[in-house]
Amino acid sequence: MQAIIKGKAFVVGDNVDTDQIIPAHHLVYDLDDPKERQLYGRYAFSGVPKNESGLPDGSVPFVPENQSKSEFQIVIGGKNFGCGSSREHAPVALHMAGVKAVVAQSYARIFYRNSVDGGLIIPLESEENLSEMIRTNDMIEIDIEGKELINMATSKTVKLKSLGDVEAIIDAGGIFEYAKMQNLI
Amino acid sequence: MTITEKILARHAGKKNVTAGDNIWVDADILMTHDVCGPGTIGIFQSHFGKHAKVWDREKVVIIPDHYIFTQDPHAKRNVEILRKFASEEELPHYYDVGTEQYKGVCHVTLAEEGFNVPGSVIFGTDSHTCTAGAFGLFATGIGNTDGAYIMGTGKLWVKVPQTMHFIVDETLPEYVMAKDVILRIIGDIGFDGATYRAMEFSGEGIHCMNMEERMTLCNMVIEAGAKNGVIAVDQTTNDFLQSRTDRTFESVESDANSVYFSMTRYNSRTFEPMVAKPYSPENVEPAKNLGEIKLDQCYIGSCTGGKVTDFVAAAKILKGNTVKVKTCIVPATTTVNQLLSTEKVDGQNLKEIFENAGAQIGPPSCAACLGGPQDTFGRLNHDEVCISTTNRNFPGRMGTPNSKTFLASPLTAAASALTGKITDPREYLI
Repeated sequence: MQAIIKGKAFVVGDNVDTDQIIPAHHLVYDLDDPKERQLYGRYAFSGVPKNESGLPDGSVPFVPENQSKSEFQIVIGGKNFGCGSSREHAPVALHMAGVKAVVAQSYARIFYRNSVDGGLIIPLESEENLSEMIRTNDMIEIDIEGKELINMATSKTVKLKSLGDVEAIIDAGGIFEYAKMQNLI
Repeated sequence: MTITEKILARHAGKKNVTAGDNIWVDADILMTHDVCGPGTIGIFQSHFGKHAKVWDREKVVIIPDHYIFTQDPHAKRNVEILRKFASEEELPHYYDVGTEQYKGVCHVTLAEEGFNVPGSVIFGTDSHTCTAGAFGLFATGIGNTDGAYIMGTGKLWVKVPQTMHFIVDETLPEYVMAKDVILRIIGDIGFDGATYRAMEFSGEGIHCMNMEERMTLCNMVIEAGAKNGVIAVDQTTNDFLQSRTDRTFESVESDANSVYFSMTRYNSRTFEPMVAKPYSPENVEPAKNLGEIKLDQCYIGSCTGGKVTDFVAAAKILKGNTVKVKTCIVPATTTVNQLLSTEKVDGQNLKEIFENAGAQIGPPSCAACLGGPQDTFGRLNHDEVCISTTNRNFPGRMGTPNSKTFLASPLTAAASALTGKITDPREYLI
């Protein structure tokens, strides 16, 4: 796992569900076809209501039109990030858009599992709601080992929760890699 | 130990487990469908080989149900991938589109086809897999990677969840359905009120429900973030299973000294018809307070609200009346669809009641519950306001981003279809 993750923040609110992360009518692209897989990046966060897309101001496109990479590598979420469906297309969409980590106050469990077991993005948890102290476009640095997030724009620092037991799976790069290391498969 | 702890312990080959333990468990069933199946198969083959065999052909159940009656070429391709895989793997439990085998919504199919065996562990690549917990078993939704891992090994790691116990005393009033019970509970504990936990239901108000109603209750535990929902086996469960499976099973019950995260007691007489307003299932309010909300559409269908019990309830209200707004009836499965022609309310079959009331009946599938491709039956393509018996009302869930979904029981949805406004069904039942 990368020890330090640096990037621009994209801030969303509470209860961002998987329909907002990747709307259901996009779930038909072939995940195994490298070209079609990019479409998930293109439509990442396309279901987020406009006024909540890139807080506090809103109306910030996560991915520029007709492109599949976002300029934002770190997503800042509120409570219950990734709630709703079991679609792994959701963390795939964020991964394909170039997101490295999400920092949220809490996660819905299937999204969390998919992020970890699929080796797609690192789901980190903060003790407090970060939407007050981070604005979309702020440059963020995350120190995974030190469990700390620094907002470079304001020099403010916040503590992150320990990843606990799943750290080994994230370190390995996903459930398959972890199982191989443990001689389970 | 609780029911959930006991089932997980047995499937991990352990005598005891405690909430919080991370354990590897054996799966009894892996279920997948047309939206997540192709991705699951892709990951399975990339790790175990292009021609790898699934761990147990009898335990992999593939039920296409999401995007079925559509001309969308990508959606059709997904079903092709499932068909090819099922054929190559010689899977006995594949319910192919366009054949007599076709069933419809996976969670209802699992029950009808006898896969829901008490005490077992079911994983499915769909968040509403928790529906099966109604049969005293452990069932939860997973993603493609986890699905692929099970496909190859038959195992998955799980964290043993803490259990929240909900006891409902006294039988339900006739105007209250399982949907009203679960909406009330979600409203009380919040959209993430059960995240990472199990929700166990007991009491007379639960055990008076038939299996379909219990499925509705467990179906929506994911809307409070729960990992699984569970109801202990009773005579109703045994009666339902008798004609559907010859597998032997052991009923599992929670010990009297089980450690629960919380215990909440309700008296069912305090329940009333509930509605969840956009855009969250926790945003609940009694139907009687929402009479000002004008509707464009009524939708009765899905794993949550498209079973025979749901249509009987709707028919009681619609019989002899005419709907004021577009009303879509979507039976969950082909079996439910057939029963529309034989099940009767006051001597008239459900199909006739719906047609006479001016409702449209669509083919069995998930249809517009999750929007789907543009040409999906019942999809909200013009920013409509809809009352629906489905499970989610997120922004854009049933169609366009500005469409609005109000979640309710089939009784409430049907009463509202007759007035064109959100209506408490007691106005028609009394």
